[in-house]
Amino acid sequence: MTRILRCHIGVGPSVTGTALVADDNFSARYDLDRINGVFSRPQHKLHGQSYVDMILVLNTAKGGVASAWMLHEMTTRKIAPKALVLNSANTILVQGAALANLSMVDRFEDGDITGLIKTGETVTVDPAAGEIRIS
Amino acid sequence: MRLTTEEEAMLAGEMGSALQWAIDHQIKVGSFFDAVDMVPVSQAHMMADPESVGDAGVEFMESIAASNCWVAIPMITDPRGVDLAHYRPLGQTEEMATLERRFIAACESIGIMMTNTCINYQTIMPPVRGDHVAYGDTGVVIYSNSVCGARSNFEGGPSALAAGLTGRTPRYGLHLDEKRMATRRYRISDQPAELTDWGVLGAVIGRKAGSYWEVPVIEGIENIPTSDEIKHFGAAMASYGSTPLFHIVGITPEAPNLAAVGGQELPVDAITTEDIAALRAGFPGHGDKLDVVVLAAPQLSIVEMQSVAGLCKGHKMKTPLIVCTSPQVYGDATRMGFVETIESAGGTVLCGTCFYNQYAREIGEANGWVNLLSNSAKIVNILGGYGYRPALASMDDCISAAISGRMI
Repeated sequence: MTRILRCHIGVGPSVTGTALVADDNFSARYDLDRINGVFSRPQHKLHGQSYVDMILVLNTAKGGVASAWMLHEMTTRKIAPKALVLNSANTILVQGAALANLSMVDRFEDGDITGLIKTGETVTVDPAAGEIRIS
Repeated sequence: MRLTTEEEAMLAGEMGSALQWAIDHQIKVGSFFDAVDMVPVSQAHMMADPESVGDAGVEFMESIAASNCWVAIPMITDPRGVDLAHYRPLGQTEEMATLERRFIAACESIGIMMTNTCINYQTIMPPVRGDHVAYGDTGVVIYSNSVCGARSNFEGGPSALAAGLTGRTPRYGLHLDEKRMATRRYRISDQPAELTDWGVLGAVIGRKAGSYWEVPVIEGIENIPTSDEIKHFGAAMASYGSTPLFHIVGITPEAPNLAAVGGQELPVDAITTEDIAALRAGFPGHGDKLDVVVLAAPQLSIVEMQSVAGLCKGHKMKTPLIVCTSPQVYGDATRMGFVETIESAGGTVLCGTCFYNQYAREIGEANGWVNLLSNSAKIVNILGGYGYRPALASMDDCISAAISGRMI
């Protein structure tokens, strides 16, 4: 049975992939080894895990402006997540997603998205419709 | 979004492909945040170091430059990733320098001024209260919003570029009065005494606030901070919390009193001695071994450069000391003898870069640097993800450690 979760209209194309979920935040600069495609910050709850082609489900953004260029650079090398699903995006991640044509949505009607999706579930992110579908 | 006739022409491609990309990008971002229109901006400031930008970003920037456009407003840049006068000794490669040179050439060809600084509010042209700007670098944005009373969102490199080209930005977030009102209220009791104390306090508040959309208002600060102190405070808050604006009651311009920022009904969250200690405990020294000492993030002002030179005078470093400052300060610091004093002691002064955005992982690996000491609460927060074990200490203790060659 497919579950539908409503959110704000996002950016990027509709994509389907496997969820990687944590109640933690996101910065491409602070948290990632972008060469090898893994979370490299020891304190991050996804430390050591690959983010490549995953639907990343996290709380919010943190840190600096570098993520805007970095999302574009990562996407071009195809060492990037398939989508970012957040409770609350900041301006930088949205700007980066817009340049990279990376799918991103936030602001869910049903509350904390990191508690509504489990790692390993198959998720379709539909930014234009403002919803995600979990099958 | 509601577009003017000129903006419609940009979107239709009537003003060239660069402006078409720029306004389309701004509409996408503005729509995400429910902006109803654009607001003119007086300056743009772009972060675009080659590590972040990569080959793809350099090619993108070159494609913009090839379209024969020119910036619409004064546009300046954040620190670069390669000091082209000093990259080989750091272990940076010719490929990195080449990317840097290509990006700089593309920027210059469309009228971007390569100021290469994250302290433009101290050295270039500080914005004034109510001034709408499109600034990159979180430290620049939080200082400009909070201390100057200007109005900017965090504008990542692509969006700052778009703003520089169109002369406007989507009107959302901190361009709106209602988004600048306080949402969290903090009261401090321990008074910060020096730069690192201010950074730690900013870090604690940023971590507690924890979101771009929260606006802290702070009570209990008894002494008016210097520009350097409040720059460390803001830079750390932005780093730990992605926070773009704070108010300090009786000090920052939009908060002559608590009511002015709507803070009187907010519950008080006390910043305790334990909160401060817990933040510091996250960045301890790891035994005696010390690989490198870094003073950066933000770049050092001329006043900080004088302090560093004073601490270095007459000593010899046993551990590499790297100091990052802006090209504007570097010129003065050279003229005044501070650079020579620091370098005579064995330190290295880099011009127009900042340590964390100059291929920090690669230069760490090239030089065998793991145990790093800094007085910047911001930089120790960043470098853990780059393979370092960062520790935090005051500027005095950092220099002492570099002289003795041992972690404090």
